[in-house]
Amino acid sequence: MKQTSEAKTVGDSNPDAPAGKRIKLSWVGKLGLFIVIFWMVIALIGPYIAPYHEAELIADDSYLPASSQFLIGSDYLGRDILSRILWGTRTTIGISLAATLLAYFTGITLGIAAAARGGWTDMGLSRVNDVFLALPNIMLALIVIAAFGSSIPILIATAGLVYSCGVFRVARALAQEISVESYVTAAKARGEGSWWIITREILPNIMMPLATDFGFRLVFIILFISSLSFLGLGVQPPTADWGSMVRENMQGLSYGSWAAVWPAIAIATLTISLNLVVDDISAQSGGELAKKMI
Amino acid sequence: MTAVLHIHNLEIEAPQTDRRPLRIVKDVSLKIQKGEVVALIGESGSGKTTIALSALAYCKPGLRFSGGEVLLNGRNLLRMAAQEIRGIRGRRVAYLAQSAAATFNPALTIGEQVTESAVIHGVLSPAEAEKRAEELFYALELPDPERLGRRYPHQVSGGQLQRLMAAMALCAKPDLMILDEPTTALDVTTQIEVLKAFKKVIREEGAAAVYVTHDLAVVAQIADQVTVLYNGEVQEHGPVAQIIDNPAHEYTRRLMEAARPSSMTGKSKGLHANPDPDPVIEVKNVSAAYGHGLVGPGKPKNKILHHVSLKVQRAHVVGVVGESGCGKSTLVNVIAGLLPAVSGDILLDGQRLAPFLKQRCLSELRRVQIVFQMADTALNPRQRIKQILGRPLTFYLGLHGVQKQNRIAALLDMVELPRAFSDRFPPELSGGQKQRINLARALAADPDVLLCDEVISSLDAIVGANVIQLLKALRRKTGVSFVFISHDLSTVADFSDEIVVLYAGHVVEQGPVHRVLSPPFHPYTRLLVSSIPELRVGWLDKILQNQDMTSGIGLTVETAAQGCAFFRRCPLAVDGTCSRGEVPIQTYPDGHLIACHHSL
Repeated sequence: MKQTSEAKTVGDSNPDAPAGKRIKLSWVGKLGLFIVIFWMVIALIGPYIAPYHEAELIADDSYLPASSQFLIGSDYLGRDILSRILWGTRTTIGISLAATLLAYFTGITLGIAAAARGGWTDMGLSRVNDVFLALPNIMLALIVIAAFGSSIPILIATAGLVYSCGVFRVARALAQEISVESYVTAAKARGEGSWWIITREILPNIMMPLATDFGFRLVFIILFISSLSFLGLGVQPPTADWGSMVRENMQGLSYGSWAAVWPAIAIATLTISLNLVVDDISAQSGGELAKKMI
Repeated sequence: MTAVLHIHNLEIEAPQTDRRPLRIVKDVSLKIQKGEVVALIGESGSGKTTIALSALAYCKPGLRFSGGEVLLNGRNLLRMAAQEIRGIRGRRVAYLAQSAAATFNPALTIGEQVTESAVIHGVLSPAEAEKRAEELFYALELPDPERLGRRYPHQVSGGQLQRLMAAMALCAKPDLMILDEPTTALDVTTQIEVLKAFKKVIREEGAAAVYVTHDLAVVAQIADQVTVLYNGEVQEHGPVAQIIDNPAHEYTRRLMEAARPSSMTGKSKGLHANPDPDPVIEVKNVSAAYGHGLVGPGKPKNKILHHVSLKVQRAHVVGVVGESGCGKSTLVNVIAGLLPAVSGDILLDGQRLAPFLKQRCLSELRRVQIVFQMADTALNPRQRIKQILGRPLTFYLGLHGVQKQNRIAALLDMVELPRAFSDRFPPELSGGQKQRINLARALAADPDVLLCDEVISSLDAIVGANVIQLLKALRRKTGVSFVFISHDLSTVADFSDEIVVLYAGHVVEQGPVHRVLSPPFHPYTRLLVSSIPELRVGWLDKILQNQDMTSGIGLTVETAAQGCAFFRRCPLAVDGTCSRGEVPIQTYPDGHLIACHHSL
């Protein structure tokens, strides 16, 4: 009989098999995905389809209502809001994405290293991480920007650094869980080096929850960059960026102008729909991620 | 009189999108009278749990009832509304799952959980339920019954937790209990303790029970009726004495063979009459400990192994037995270099191996391979079988391309799996198949020594017996040596040439199989030997009348500061002699040695 009887047993095929596992989004998730894709496309082609340049002063008057010249009105300097939003998409999403990638690169590398090596490496990295986590994000960013000035590279580095602390925690927790599995011990017993163990044994098993976490982290960073810009510490004029557009045109609200509302809507739609997509995915992975998010 | 449970022509199927539904349970009928224990036996996938769960009107996700009826006290459960079924579950029918550790919520006290179902169903008031629980704790012979309810699950032992599960099920005075492999994961000595309690409480409470297991020897002790299942069909049904002593069906006979080790005396050996006298691997006076870094070098915190020595000759098998906590896995880790020894040496072909893995060279690593305990976690779920098997080939032997492909195919042949499996992922395989891949990965390195850590303990009898057959064949074909670790003495006896009995990190007895398994015994070896359930009705009752036996069961392994480690559980222990001083080691001419204060 040997394996034939074994192979025939009923419980043989495992439905949780990783191959062929497909994620199906609900309609809410699909709507979110549609909006996210929309903004990503705008980020790519925005400047080419915008009627005007982001810094172009067109009218002498501020806060003009929608017209054939200004499709959704003009801002406090008489620039076209639509054009500035289209240009600003690239700035906002570009900076946020770059910062998220930086946060991930740093956080994952250090997090897995801490989990895989353990001992003093883990202790040292975790305590330094705790110190950073204890400082309020915005305050930490204020200090860095006060010291180095505000430019796009500094913004990316700051946001990346601040948010790598959270990524470090998640990556470390996930990797710690995997690094006690027998297959990791098997690799160690075989004599494999740390690089193989990290990249081949641990990383593939934590990619899925990390990918979901990436979405959440991106949302936080978009909001963070926008907040900095709103405070005047982020992207400097005349470059358009959603956060600074809200601040510049805030005065207009009292005159009934929508100039500050449009960029706020842009921020809201992007972050909410990103959340919808990520929620949908993580709900289908059994809420595993939620347990590990700290 | 109506039966407590009457399953009538039950059919359960798994609907499939593109094919006809898969029939999981085919026309099964079953009757259980009050006070009767019916055992459902069969290998994994035979549908025994699925049938047992139908008494709760429960189907695993992806399955559905497609025919027949399940009558509880004459009423069909399959036609009841969800509301009504909720009133039956936990009240009329109670379910005991396999793993007590996974059943208990670690954040709630034992008392809260034991009384929960009785209180929820309004059978008893909280105060009455507490009293009832206390009575059950007495009946199940649990320690300190008055205060047990206020303790937390992690504060009691595994065997006690298993018995507490019975208390949990019985608290609401159900008509029927479903016990799903309740002793499978336990040590043999703990198993006796749990079986004894179950048997007593079932008799006293007069509840009917369905006992699901793959272990025939356990069935012989506890069941009145036995139903043998294969592939969702009843093969044979009858009183326990008839099934055990006079099985009619061919499949039942095969199950019996798998359960009955060919010999417990080890006389069937003689495979290698003239073994190479030089050992392939030798463990010399090794002590090991965990947690040394925290206390300071040279002062280990928890000493796990104490001066263990053993030799493995080419193509020989040395079995290491002992209960959980005896240091068996630690021994494997020390030999493999995962845990450096505190003192002592590991010799490979007479050459001293560095204690740390990192200091060993590639060929030393290659020649000693581990086969891990849990095949489920030993294989990376994100790597295909060909990657899993291919890595040691590339890593140790530098094989690439076609050579590597051919070798992978040869390895799959060797472990008797189809070659097409090389493209699969581990979660797509069954438990036995995973264990074969696990074995093939170790063989890929072309090792001299395989360290097998409980390789069949998570498999059921027939699959496990097949894996042992395979190991025997591999040993014949490749001449590889084994250090074979198991808590199951009968498996070790069947496969090994020599046995090392470990207790709390001390070697208490060591020698050729037939010497270790025949008198004189170390008291611990005798406890282990007599704890193996025999395939005979009434064995349990007989063993429990034996005073020597009962003094050792129900206790867990603990280390002693001085004297004999087995002192607290030993029927021969003499206070003042055994509790202090070095344990004298008695040696016999054929390499048999026993560590005991008594001359045996």
